[in-house]
Amino acid sequence: MTRLLGVLLMVLIVYTVLMGSFAPARSLNNHQTLAERLGYYGIPTLGVGVLIVSGGIDLSIGSLLGLIAVYFGLLLSGPLSSRQTIPLAVCLGLDGTLLCYALLPAVAVPPRIALLLSLLPGAGLIWVCQTYLPGLHSPPWLAMLLMLGFASQIGLFHGLLITRLHLQPFLVTLCGLFMYRGLARWLSPGALALPSDEQVVALRAFLVSDRMLGFPHILLLMVLVALVLAVVLHGSIYGRYWFAIGNNEQAARYAGIATQRQKIAAYMICSTLAGLGGLLFLLMYRNATPSSAGSLLELYAITGAVLGGCNLRGGEGTIPGIVLGAAVLPLLQQICTYNSAIGSDLEYTVVGGALLLATIANELVTRWSKRR
Amino acid sequence: MLQARGIRKAFPGVQALDGVSLSVSAGEVLAVLGENGAGKSTLMKILAGIHTPDAGEILLDDERVHFSSVAEAMARGILLIHQELNLAENLSVTANLFLGNEEIRGGVLGWLNRRGMNDRARQLLDRVGLEVAPNRLVGDLPLGQRQMVEIARALSRKARVLIMDEPTSSLTQRETERLFEVIAELKRSGVAVVYISHRLMEVQTVADRVVVLRDGRNSGELAREEITHRRMVELMVGRDLKQFFRRAHATDQAEHPVRLEIHDLCYQGGPQTPVSFSVRGGEIVGMAGLVGAGRTELAEALFGLRPLLRGEVRLDRRLVSIRSPGDAIAAGLLLAPEDRRQYGLVLEESVQHNLGLPNLDQNSRLGLVSPRRENAMARRLCERLRVRTPRLSQPVGLLSGGNQQKVVLGKWLARQPRVLILDEPTRGVDVGAKSEIYALMDELAAAGIAIVMISSDLEEVLGMSDRVLVLHEGRLAGELPRAALSEQAIMHLATGGNISYGEYLG
Repeated sequence: MTRLLGVLLMVLIVYTVLMGSFAPARSLNNHQTLAERLGYYGIPTLGVGVLIVSGGIDLSIGSLLGLIAVYFGLLLSGPLSSRQTIPLAVCLGLDGTLLCYALLPAVAVPPRIALLLSLLPGAGLIWVCQTYLPGLHSPPWLAMLLMLGFASQIGLFHGLLITRLHLQPFLVTLCGLFMYRGLARWLSPGALALPSDEQVVALRAFLVSDRMLGFPHILLLMVLVALVLAVVLHGSIYGRYWFAIGNNEQAARYAGIATQRQKIAAYMICSTLAGLGGLLFLLMYRNATPSSAGSLLELYAITGAVLGGCNLRGGEGTIPGIVLGAAVLPLLQQICTYNSAIGSDLEYTVVGGALLLATIANELVTRWSKRR
Repeated sequence: MLQARGIRKAFPGVQALDGVSLSVSAGEVLAVLGENGAGKSTLMKILAGIHTPDAGEILLDDERVHFSSVAEAMARGILLIHQELNLAENLSVTANLFLGNEEIRGGVLGWLNRRGMNDRARQLLDRVGLEVAPNRLVGDLPLGQRQMVEIARALSRKARVLIMDEPTSSLTQRETERLFEVIAELKRSGVAVVYISHRLMEVQTVADRVVVLRDGRNSGELAREEITHRRMVELMVGRDLKQFFRRAHATDQAEHPVRLEIHDLCYQGGPQTPVSFSVRGGEIVGMAGLVGAGRTELAEALFGLRPLLRGEVRLDRRLVSIRSPGDAIAAGLLLAPEDRRQYGLVLEESVQHNLGLPNLDQNSRLGLVSPRRENAMARRLCERLRVRTPRLSQPVGLLSGGNQQKVVLGKWLARQPRVLILDEPTRGVDVGAKSEIYALMDELAAAGIAIVMISSDLEEVLGMSDRVLVLHEGRLAGELPRAALSEQAIMHLATGGNISYGEYLG
């Protein structure tokens, strides 16, 4: 509770400073810009926040977001070349293999043979995809679903590597950070523009730019995601499981919780929301550069979640706190841009300093309340 | 040479040592015995400067000494070899031997004298009869050889008093014999050896004198010619039973059906010989054995935490396949783990959430938790178990040990348990809560639940059990019916004595 009040206070202070110091910041137009930014930052921050509560971490968010933005652009702007379908085909192939590997022991096939056997449908799926997918033109809604599915599978792979092979989350997702960025650059050599056909424009208006009672839809979308996650995290049995796992994974296991499955679910939520962030990135900015789209976003998202009260050791955090934490960053950015003495070059330093100050304040408050 | 007088030491909640004295002279091997928790390790840690005593004095060569760190004790030649080895696995044997004590050339530059150290390392390894190259990584050596490296390290520090805490627990027979030769050689060169072991046979072989501790006090001393297996056991256990074991349920459960049946079970990390036993409904079966006898591992295997390799588990005659704790819970086989802070509870979360964690299936609809139902359940359980907590939202980590343990047990009472495995149910629990837990076990047994109670507290094993299974080094060393129960009989089996416990009957 004190944590939530703390981050609320922080948002209010930063907001007051911004509004008090700079006249142009007070305009309605600027508030809408801020709202759009909050929507865009908020979604991946919520994903990683839930993951941090369950004791995990994901460093690949920014790269994945960039990859999805680029891939989504390619899907919208025309038929894919056979090279550009490879990531989708490999992802589907891996899914097929995993599914068979999970199911075959149920019909009494010994594990080693099951592994070999399940490679076949995987290879088959890749072949089918590579034969039929290139040249296919998909409507925007299908492209969206395809991309969200793709992102969720990335989360599944992270989760499987971390739970089944006991690799460190930091390391697995650090590899992801490099791999997905490289993949984005390989898929498209140059910047991608959002095509301007009717359907795409309608999708952009619906998801991002239209306003309801003055609020941009992207903010409302973020609020919707936050509401759903708030119910899951604070009201459902799954939220209970994640908090328990984040606090003491062994105790959760001894209580009969399928901890591995729950952790995988948390990684999938995080990656899917990063993917959604990628879609919104392209729709909002109307273009995506493979080498820079979403870069450093993972650190912004983790910073937001931590400012909002998530403990990196796991087991602590609230959805309202995460949303407020995500709101601090766009406000700080604007202070830097408007204030010529600071300037946007110093933005990273300001963000880092704010996180450091918040951490110190939190530590002091905790000590003080313990001493009483 | 080394003397300790009236040592007292308290830890939060326990008086570990309550006025213990011992002395050891040069060239003597003194064995220190005691049950688990008798205070042996604490005493040794005080002698080696790891803990400071609350009261009492330590004399070295008749001079009063006060060690406030391991380094100070070491400087005076007192060295402790821990039960859990303290070696850096990523470093070579030589580097470990001289860790913190390296030979240096070139003054402040601190160049290592590698060749000199390797030569000395070879000499030290020869002394303990270890034939490995000094540049091998310690991590590549088997456990027994690591133990020898640890002993060689103690020799390199010119030990005058060498304390060995369970040195043979990871050694093979041959390595043990080699260790005894090393000890004999140390004796000849005038080193005093303090030897702690549960293996009474070894103590008989190696010790010149035996000091026995019980409940943090001296319970007796045996000179060389008095050391017999039976005398040692008597000193370790002999005490009066307190009268707080409530036993309202019938002892003879022959008319109750068998609830849990284990047949030829082998599990990962378990012994080569398969385990078989059965437990009837309404029966409390004690499972005794020394620390490391494999009782907890067996419980973990039954609860789905360790893969089963062979054998079968039957619950109420039906064959069950348990591959995860979830399976075990669904089948009604429940475990209250030994280390409640690590495995039993989420300390940061509230009493209500902890009680609710394994029972969310009962207190939710469509995946949403019903706080009202959960609260009602938690309230019921807290009343039944008399958990003393200011409110149900209190973090469970702030409760006392006894109340924490009640929460651990309470989690399972909301479900209809068929078999309840309680691993050290009263460890770190105050006397009042203890008797409440015993009453609860009695009540559950009377209700027809099969209870397996793993315990290192012999008093409690004797007081509560209808039957006792004794484990020794993973395998079932014997089974004692209530009529044949005595501390001596249990300790005899647990320390590797043979099955004929006839001498203890009557």
